[in-house]
Amino acid sequence: MNYREAITTITELLDDQLVVCANGLISREAFTIRDRTENFYMIGSMGMASSIGLGVALSKPSRKVIILEGDGNLLMNLGSLPMVGSLQPRNFLHIVLDNEVYASTGNQPTISNAVKLEELARSAKYAYVRKVTTNEDLKTEMIHTLKNEDPSFLLVKIVDTEEEREIGRVTHSPEQIKDKFMSAM
Amino acid sequence: MPKSEYFAQELIDSGYDFFTGVPCTIIGNLINTLTDRSDITYIPAVREDAAVGVATGAYMAGKIPVVLMQNSGLGQCLNTLTSLNLIYKLPCLLIVTWRGFEGKDAPEHLVMGRTCNKLLDTIGIPHHNFNHDNIKALINMSYKLITENREPIVLFLKKGIIE
Repeated sequence: MNYREAITTITELLDDQLVVCANGLISREAFTIRDRTENFYMIGSMGMASSIGLGVALSKPSRKVIILEGDGNLLMNLGSLPMVGSLQPRNFLHIVLDNEVYASTGNQPTISNAVKLEELARSAKYAYVRKVTTNEDLKTEMIHTLKNEDPSFLLVKIVDTEEEREIGRVTHSPEQIKDKFMSAM
Repeated sequence: MPKSEYFAQELIDSGYDFFTGVPCTIIGNLINTLTDRSDITYIPAVREDAAVGVATGAYMAGKIPVVLMQNSGLGQCLNTLTSLNLIYKLPCLLIVTWRGFEGKDAPEHLVMGRTCNKLLDTIGIPHHNFNHDNIKALINMSYKLITENREPIVLFLKKGIIE
């Protein structure tokens, strides 16, 4: 499964969930596959997707909040995991697309080949933690975690074999991104 | 000297309704006060940038947030302030303790103590200093600026202003 397939599978199952997309290829790909009013696209502030999403989740408990980030983003703000675990937001779904590289800057290795990120989430007291490696399992786990009421963590192992290609950038301005996202509240 | 309970009440009365941060001894009592109150939530953050991130999410979900930190934490959250809050126009009130003011502090505070206000001038975040008499006025002004201009603002708190 490459990350475009993973984001497509995730996106197809969404209705009104609020999604915080991490900076780099993940935001660009999510925007290109299907731009949604309920998507917040980070263009900077690497590492902050889960913190931003936590603030949304705590303030809007009636809405499911999804974090869509990569292993590089997660590793940059690892302290966010125990923050989520200590607060136990029931509407929080944390999805990490783990390709073991910084894909946005040309595939330099992260360190997630040596560290089990799902074990970190489990240790940080996420109530539901799963690792998936196939598109089929991702779909099954998405259907479950979109409905469950636990802070949940899905580690999606990405093997990026797709051909190199141009991906568009998010064409909204930062203020437009914010205004659209806030209008979806 | 004004008490932390008074300071917390002024924040709440002016309209702030989401609190997070990282402690400093200068705001230790204030954070304890906010933590103990049952009518508001204080979220303990692991780092100052995580606090700013959580506050920013809360703002987008309808809250008007306050982040409490030491000036050492400004360095920690500089990228989040410049590449999130400033460019998206996502505001929060940052109450920042000013360690190292006029060089009177432990060595680790002296560089940031000498430069924290200039650092904010450089990146374009407005800042003001609390004194014994302007607490209510500054808090009310910050709320007005945040809701009108939608930009982060820093209010510096030195040692000996509140207890």
